[in-house]
Amino acid sequence: MQAQSPLLPTAVGVGYKPKHFTAILADAAPVRWLEIHAENYMGDGGRPIAQLRHLAERLAISVHGVGLSIGGEGRLDPDHLARLRHLCDWLNPASFSEHLAWSTHDSHFYNDLLPLPYTAASLARVCDHIDEVQTVLRRRMLLENPSSYLAFAASTLSETDFLRAVTQRTGCGLLLDVNNVFVSATNLGYSATGYIDAIPLDQVGEIHLGGHDVDCDDHGAPLLIDSHGRAVVDPVWSLLDHTLAQSGPRPVLVEWDTDVPAWPVLMQEARRADRALGRLKVAA
Amino acid sequence: MSRSMKSAAIIGAVAASFAAYSTAASAQSQEKCFGVSLAGENDCAAGPGTTCAGTSKVDYQGNAWTLVEEGTCTEIDLPAMADGSERMGALEELERDLPTS
Amino acid sequence: MTAQAAFHAALLDVACPVPEGLCDGSGRPAGRRYGVYRNNVAVSLRDALDTGFPATARLLGAENFAHVAGRFLRSAPPTTPVMMHYGTGFPAFLEGLAPLAHLPYLGDVARIELALRASYHAADSPVADATILQGLDETAFFEARLVLAPSVRLLRSPWPALAIWTYTLRPNSPKPLAGAQDTLILRPDFDPEPHLLPDGGFAFLEGLDRGHCLGAAMDQAGEGFDPGPTLGLLLAGGGISFIHPPKE
Repeated sequence: MQAQSPLLPTAVGVGYKPKHFTAILADAAPVRWLEIHAENYMGDGGRPIAQLRHLAERLAISVHGVGLSIGGEGRLDPDHLARLRHLCDWLNPASFSEHLAWSTHDSHFYNDLLPLPYTAASLARVCDHIDEVQTVLRRRMLLENPSSYLAFAASTLSETDFLRAVTQRTGCGLLLDVNNVFVSATNLGYSATGYIDAIPLDQVGEIHLGGHDVDCDDHGAPLLIDSHGRAVVDPVWSLLDHTLAQSGPRPVLVEWDTDVPAWPVLMQEARRADRALGRLKVAA
Repeated sequence: MSRSMKSAAIIGAVAASFAAYSTAASAQSQEKCFGVSLAGENDCAAGPGTTCAGTSKVDYQGNAWTLVEEGTCTEIDLPAMADGSERMGALEELERDLPTS
Repeated sequence: MTAQAAFHAALLDVACPVPEGLCDGSGRPAGRRYGVYRNNVAVSLRDALDTGFPATARLLGAENFAHVAGRFLRSAPPTTPVMMHYGTGFPAFLEGLAPLAHLPYLGDVARIELALRASYHAADSPVADATILQGLDETAFFEARLVLAPSVRLLRSPWPALAIWTYTLRPNSPKPLAGAQDTLILRPDFDPEPHLLPDGGFAFLEGLDRGHCLGAAMDQAGEGFDPGPTLGLLLAGGGISFIHPPKE
């Protein structure tokens, strides 16, 4: 593990979009850190990497991988791991996180976070993969809970038990996406606050917030889709308060990846998250 | 063109471009370079990126399809087309798109 | 079949039934919940192609492009999580589609778009000090080697591919006229820009790119070739990283 890595500030961050580059340099407050998708900075050079170097001198950076397929049945792609290692080596980010999902099958990459059954076998596989990631990257990683649209009849573990076991076996931390919790809880009919209460919050190193779309399933039941394309809804803000009240302050990220708004609109979300963190300080 | 003329052409090109280069360099601040130029605000040269978000858009993909007459290609009229025709080809039987389950 | 193999098998094929063993929160069959993943995969890959091939998309129009992209992404899903280069097989795929046979230039327009992307993400490099050439005697001059920047791209086409690209994406551009066009892509700083190469320019630059000295590259370009305009483009666009005079 790299002892000299900077820490993610216990403050608000946003998912970085190039169209916001100038606005961020002018005045990023209250944002104190940015999250990038690792795969978008794996080119050889050009503007993306120049911008990233420039931003990293001013703000803490969290590297968020979306393509490692940690939940996959096959072995991790050694070329992709090497690319991640290269990025983390030169950037020395404040955090590295990936998803509890798979995206690669038979060397085809599907550009989506696909679900896995929660069983003893998949738990062992995910733990092996995380051990490998942490060994190659020489740092602790955070694992993010997914948005679920369906369940596997074959699952024998709850998602929270699965995640708890992963943290215990591998020493990794968690990235708790409270919008994903809300989406999955609505889609699969369980309690979102119950989920939060069952998560080992002491292992949570970062919290995500994002917007979702509303659809319905074959029976007319609500089916929420984690689209990251709109403002965070009030029940998710409440879930953030519920989480922070138990976990204490954590780095909180606002994700807005599709129909990306102008910086001032994103800042309304960031300031709301900042106020949620601020209320904790007042309470303490 | 003789070799001497060619070298003269190159020296001329060097001199001209050198002048153009030094003015271009001084006119741009570093950050302006890093930033996405207004003309290319959506930065389309970057190409596709990754996503960790889902979509509520529905994909329709049928097995058969037919070309509809649309797009800029309908305005482009070049002689000597490979198949010698100018039609917008509707070559397969039309079968309406199947929505996903 | 493993859970992942079953899940995967129906992902890109809507004719394939929803895999068994997938359900909602109360155990009922997943039905259109599985369709969410199908849509995520297909729509995200189609959007990726739309982003990467804007001129091709406009040439075909939205509905045609959606069909064509949908076919391509099913025949060739990405093979790496690095999406910035997705679609390298798209130009050849377009050329192989019978209904597009009357648009034979489409593949070459798509190749320009691929090359622009490759240039955008290419390694940074220094810009050579071209005045070195002015200090060489004639023999040394023709024996000098010029190293092209990693962001330089060269494309040949029997079609007016660059004029079609320009007409499609840039307002008020003239209508393309018949004729072959070779394209040089340069990236001064961070923004790649395509340029029309003069006659002989492609062979000349290809010679330089293969490591030939100036004299040999000029010979490749043919007897009447004037290197001035091509080199002027290259120098003005920062396309030369190093100039190596011959060793004494």
